[in-house]
Amino acid sequence: MLVVDSVSVSLGGRSVLDAVSLEVSAGEVVAVFGPSGSGKSTLLRAVAGLVEVESGRVVIDGVDVTGVPTHRRRVGMVFQDEQLFPHRDVAGNVAFGLEMAGVERRERESRVEELLSAVGLDGFGDRDVSTLSGGEAKRVALARSLAPRPAVLLADEPLTGLDADLHDRLAVEVGAVLRESGTTTLWVTHDRAEAALVADRSVSLADLSGVSG
Amino acid sequence: MGGRRRSLNDPPRLLLVAAAAVPVVAVLGLVVVPAVNLVVTAVDGAALSGVLADSRTWEVVWFTFWQASLSTLLTVLVGVWPALVVARYSFRGRSVFVGALTAVFVLPTVVLAAGVGALLPGELGRGTSGIVVAHVVFNLAVVVRTVAAAPVPFGVEEAARTLGASRSQVALRVTLPLLAPALWAASAVVFLFSFTSFGVVRVLGDLSSSTIEVEVWRRAIRLGDLGGAAVLSVVQVVVLAVVLVWTSARQRSQRSRSAVPLVRLRRRSAVAPVVAVSVLAAAPLVALILGSFRTGDGFSLDGWRAFGSDEIRPGLRLGLDPLAALSASLMSAVVATVLAVVLGGLAVAVISVTGRSGSVLDAGLALPLGVSAVTVGLGLLITFDSGVFDWRASWWMVPLGHAVVAVPFVVRPALAAVRAVSGDLRSAAATLGASPVRAWWVTVGAALRRPLATGAGLAAAVSLGEFGATSLLSRSGSETLPVVIERMLARTGGSFRAQGHALAVVLAMVTILVVVLVDRWRDDPVRR
Repeated sequence: MLVVDSVSVSLGGRSVLDAVSLEVSAGEVVAVFGPSGSGKSTLLRAVAGLVEVESGRVVIDGVDVTGVPTHRRRVGMVFQDEQLFPHRDVAGNVAFGLEMAGVERRERESRVEELLSAVGLDGFGDRDVSTLSGGEAKRVALARSLAPRPAVLLADEPLTGLDADLHDRLAVEVGAVLRESGTTTLWVTHDRAEAALVADRSVSLADLSGVSG
Repeated sequence: MGGRRRSLNDPPRLLLVAAAAVPVVAVLGLVVVPAVNLVVTAVDGAALSGVLADSRTWEVVWFTFWQASLSTLLTVLVGVWPALVVARYSFRGRSVFVGALTAVFVLPTVVLAAGVGALLPGELGRGTSGIVVAHVVFNLAVVVRTVAAAPVPFGVEEAARTLGASRSQVALRVTLPLLAPALWAASAVVFLFSFTSFGVVRVLGDLSSSTIEVEVWRRAIRLGDLGGAAVLSVVQVVVLAVVLVWTSARQRSQRSRSAVPLVRLRRRSAVAPVVAVSVLAAAPLVALILGSFRTGDGFSLDGWRAFGSDEIRPGLRLGLDPLAALSASLMSAVVATVLAVVLGGLAVAVISVTGRSGSVLDAGLALPLGVSAVTVGLGLLITFDSGVFDWRASWWMVPLGHAVVAVPFVVRPALAAVRAVSGDLRSAAATLGASPVRAWWVTVGAALRRPLATGAGLAAAVSLGEFGATSLLSRSGSETLPVVIERMLARTGGSFRAQGHALAVVLAMVTILVVVLVDRWRDDPVRR
């Protein structure tokens, strides 16, 4: 479960998030929508600890993680432009979080296979990531983030840049993968229709400011 | 809190300080202090007025300026056509052509000058004509690579044609303006190299065709006038600074354009400029090889037979040991490469973490590239000559000088690779549970390995051919190969010429081997 409690963030002296509050229950998929530049990405980055919050708290599974560095927060993040590691193949990318968590090799391999299969990429393990299509890269990014079983998955417009057909198909598929794995997910997008396809519940970022959670 | 707020994901500060210590001390000791010493020595009243009042000084400055201008103009004129062909078309031998030009560019200056001297007949090969030809051949790679890196897309030219422009109007009103920033950038680099030319001028020049760089060496080493040498090198730095400021204003619009897909070349005749330039670039090397087999009037193996010897006549020696020089060169290359890679690697690592505040380090390490090798050598010479730091007689002054000259070649590509790593990639590693140090290592660290290996190869090539700093720092008895080659060629007598050419061929081969190995590794698809 994720609690964002009156979080404010300023970047370069400009207030980006003003006392934003939000709760995501365990296993729930919540979509936050808003226009570009409204601070959606910043909200995810605040939860991940990639930007510092000025005031307010971020609580994950009952632990206040506001002062905890990113790598100890047990979050996963799917970036808009995937950010796959160029020097690792597909399996190496998916295995990365498991390696960091100290999961032993054999278990790692089976978990990687399980996830590649879950996102529909059976047999892609030894592919070079630079050879992937847009849709494939997004699936790999999702598998990589889910592999270490994060307490909260943060998805930053992960379906942007796909053609309309693939976008809708992937939105449905990904929604199913998230629910099947029971992953607590905070998903941001500028696209209301996408929010409706993926999430259990959608809220507008504008409605989250100033109301205490 | 003062300064930048520390973020949760910053690496431990102690580690950063430890990593920064080495390059910071190196920049202070090897760049900043020598630079200050140079200026202090130069503004000493007597030396300053003496040099500035000497009419020879102004003759040298004038010669340096006009030969560099002429070299730049000719290089651009000769290079621009093949550069356009390479930038736009794919044809058989394209990458071989670019590779060959690059190989010429990394050849030791002494070797190239020896080749041009062997190529041009009689007086044509000496003095201004030889110097300018050598500069053109040497710098063609700069023009071709710079223009090819920012190709003018066909689309805009076709658009101009549909708007009613004739072929020549397109060339003048569209292609040339789009090409101009790249040509200015290339010209600035060629001018810089020709202006600070040392090895070429030492081998091919005479007293009336001497650059500032050579004059600095002549005063410092031949005349023992360190003050005068310092004045001249400061004059040179000032002129270079003016030129760089002037040209960089003209390059501002230079952006690396996205790659334009290459078009298959249809007309054979279009390759003509490429073939012509290839012949021009290869000729000095061929002449050098032939020259190593020529003694007096006929062909013979005497040059190679005498390879390791320094006997003028039985019992009379020249005082140069070619084999010792070869091993001194290899030794210097190894030590300088290790120093440059460690220093450059740590500097880039620190810059990648500290961002803007680290760029002071970047500027400090790049400075030697802008001020010329002889100036670097002179700065080190007057800095490490007294008290605890009297290191002039130490064997490692030469590799140290080489490392200072080579370090920008390590830093530049590495820094570019590091800057290409998006901050979000490190964030991705952090969200997957990597600690700050680990996240840095798997993202930036991984991106650094290849450019550092390439940089190591370049540093080795630079060290093998380094002649400017070496001329000021090497002690008699520990000469490197370029020094011995220059001495041999300066002697009269056909057998010494042949032997000098043979040594130059060996040095060329070793250098090309190093560069080819680096290139191999860089293009290794397995590591992609």
